Amino acid sequence: MSLTRLLRLIRHTGRVAEPAPEAPATAPGRPAELAGSVQVRHVDAGSCNGCEIEVGSAFGPVYDAERYGVRLVASPRHADVVLVTGVVTRNMLEPLRRTVEATPRPRLVLAVGDCARSCGVFSGAYGVAGAVADAVDVDLEVAGCPPEPAAIVEALRRVTGR
Amino acid sequence: MTAVELGLEAQLVLVALAALGAVLAPEARRGMTAAVGSVALAAAGVMTGALAVGGDRGFVEIPTSLGLGDVGLVATSLGGFFMVVVAGVGAVAAVFAIGYVGPSGTRTGWVALPVFLGAMQLVPAAADAVSFLLMWELMAVASTVLVLTEYGRRAEVRAAALWYAGMTQLSFVLILLGFGMLAATAGSVSFASMAAIDPGTPSASVAFVLLTLGFATKAGIVPLHVWLPRAHPVAPSHVSAVMSAAMVKLGVYGVLLVSLTLLPGGPGWWGLTLLALGAVSALYGILQASVASDLKRLLAYSTTENVGLMFLAVGTGLLLRAVAVPGPADVAIASCLLLVASHAAFKTTLFLGAGSVLHATGERDLDRMGGLGARMPVTSAAFGIGALGAAALPVTAGFVAEWALLQSLIHGARPDDRLVAVAMPVAVAVVALTAGLALMTFVKAYGIAFLARPRSAGATEAHEGTRSMQAAMLVSAGVVLLLGLVPGLVAEVAARAIGVSGVGSAGWFGVDLPGVGAALDPVALSLVAVVIVVPVVFVSVLAARRRPRRRVELAWGGGGVRVSPRMQYTATSYAEPLARVFDDALRPERDIEITHTSESRYLVERVQYHQHLDDVVEVRFYRPLLTLLDRCGMAARRLQNGSIHRYLGYSFLALVAVLVLVAL
Repeated sequence: MSLTRLLRLIRHTGRVAEPAPEAPATAPGRPAELAGSVQVRHVDAGSCNGCEIEVGSAFGPVYDAERYGVRLVASPRHADVVLVTGVVTRNMLEPLRRTVEATPRPRLVLAVGDCARSCGVFSGAYGVAGAVADAVDVDLEVAGCPPEPAAIVEALRRVTGR
Repeated sequence: MTAVELGLEAQLVLVALAALGAVLAPEARRGMTAAVGSVALAAAGVMTGALAVGGDRGFVEIPTSLGLGDVGLVATSLGGFFMVVVAGVGAVAAVFAIGYVGPSGTRTGWVALPVFLGAMQLVPAAADAVSFLLMWELMAVASTVLVLTEYGRRAEVRAAALWYAGMTQLSFVLILLGFGMLAATAGSVSFASMAAIDPGTPSASVAFVLLTLGFATKAGIVPLHVWLPRAHPVAPSHVSAVMSAAMVKLGVYGVLLVSLTLLPGGPGWWGLTLLALGAVSALYGILQASVASDLKRLLAYSTTENVGLMFLAVGTGLLLRAVAVPGPADVAIASCLLLVASHAAFKTTLFLGAGSVLHATGERDLDRMGGLGARMPVTSAAFGIGALGAAALPVTAGFVAEWALLQSLIHGARPDDRLVAVAMPVAVAVVALTAGLALMTFVKAYGIAFLARPRSAGATEAHEGTRSMQAAMLVSAGVVLLLGLVPGLVAEVAARAIGVSGVGSAGWFGVDLPGVGAALDPVALSLVAVVIVVPVVFVSVLAARRRPRRRVELAWGGGGVRVSPRMQYTATSYAEPLARVFDDALRPERDIEITHTSESRYLVERVQYHQHLDDVVEVRFYRPLLTLLDRCGMAARRLQNGSIHRYLGYSFLALVAVLVLVAL
């Protein structure tokens, strides 16, 4: 694609992001250092990928979580918040624990989706070790199966305060 | 009898006493006797050399039954400098040997050590070609015996000793031919009469080439270096240290003797030859060192690199003298001597450190070491200082020497002479590339061996060596730092050794190069650095104290369960980019073996990676030559078929040929 065509496309498309809703209240117990911007490391503990698609939309151009200071990072060593989706399977129990332990304090764990909160549709299955709260301490939750991207963005805004 | 004459005779007597002591002493006391004798011998050498550099002169003549006259020993400034360097290395290595060899030493090994050290110290004192060659050969034989010390324990020792003996005899033959030509022209074998030869004649050039090749073989210059990476790893570590730090210097001494004393004022192409040989050796040596994973092989190739730099310095000096640029030329030759002194210091430290590691872990392979810094703090500190010196970083000896060399190269550039105008920038580029690769090599050597976690059981169970080993390593590390912080003294001594005035000391400790208008004061620079760094460190410590201390937890390994020492860098993986970029020059052999699971061909159970690096010069040049010689030998066997009639026929034909030749 040539540069002129790209510039014309940008001008024609304009802004597609949804206007920002009112800022929600800051979560109680949120460490003061995390105000303004957070680095988020996403861990899939054994989900069906439905929550992942919604998280992807939350960071996409329509819901655009990055304008509230939230950024996805690759390593838990760089992260402030660990965003866990999916029920915790047997194989992912130890890796999830190690990932959260590798995250430097102050840190928060955000459980997204019904499976992460309470096993959801997979409760009682043979490969399931439990909900995220059974493996690590959970600080924030987002309900839904899958939750709407707006709800995920609202939960992250309660961490950054923007 | 002057003090120098006394010193020379004392060295001879001490060699005899130490060897005799090692022969006669009971087994429990043998090592200590030989070591003490060697240290006394080395101390006599250091004092004699210092006196000779200081200007004391003398001549000792020892009557022998050699057909070509008596052995004459004389004290010159240049010889004295090398005597001090060589004897210093010998003293430290002898102290190290007490703890390293310990009770398992053989009598032959202990007898050969003082003979080796004594012969090495007296080579720079030789007054004529015959004495020189006598001491040279004695040194070669004694060192071959010492290389063969561990003959019974490893198979590679025999092949390495054969290569070493062959190459050292090659150097002897070349030097003999060269001195023979010079003696024929001069009419006598003494160096004083050879100094009067005109260097412009073709016979002088032929002699120069022969002598340079002979000394280059001993020094380890490419393509005659193939014995170095074989002989140094198999010799016991104190012998490797002496061979690498002292014996190859005598090759450099020989070249300096020929080009400064015997045939001064030679044509420019002599300098250019030395410069080219030095540049190729420096680059090839450091390239092979940077991809070597055997620690002693790495250090051996690093010796090739440093000797290449010394030859480059001498070549620059000769070339610039030939085009009448005396200031930078003198600085270049002085920088060669500075390189000699600094290399002797840090290479001794590095080899003794490698010996300590080998003694403690039983490993020579860097890929199987690791975590030794916590287990062997003294060795780690000494090796670290040696590595800083080898990488030519500031506050160490190597920095001052390379700085002086670069100053002479940069200020020696002359646009009016095309050859010099091209050679100088190329030489600067070579030195710069070499310095960069040397830094990488020694980061690898120190980091993989001493930092991180142990990679094998031997490394896990390492412990520090005996006190004599620690003392020897700390002394040589101290010398590396001393030469780096107070180089003025060494610069003055070097200038006096070659009789130039363009190098001196500035203030108390710094080096002043009035020939090129540059000065360096490491102590002042260090003080400035300390003044800058201390407040920064202070503020950082204060700021860190306000935060709570972090708990040390498990290293992040992707969340998986495979956190093991195998997940670290190895020496091979660290140097892999270099091996890939330079694979045309290095020709590594790589083999990847994949084992699949028995159930399915699509699942992998194990992957094995083999990398093998042979010396390219040996594979491409020496092995075909040796195969050719072998085939000629096999073909010549057909002449000897056992028939007495044929042999009588050969005698008859030979007689007829001689009669024909005589009649012509």
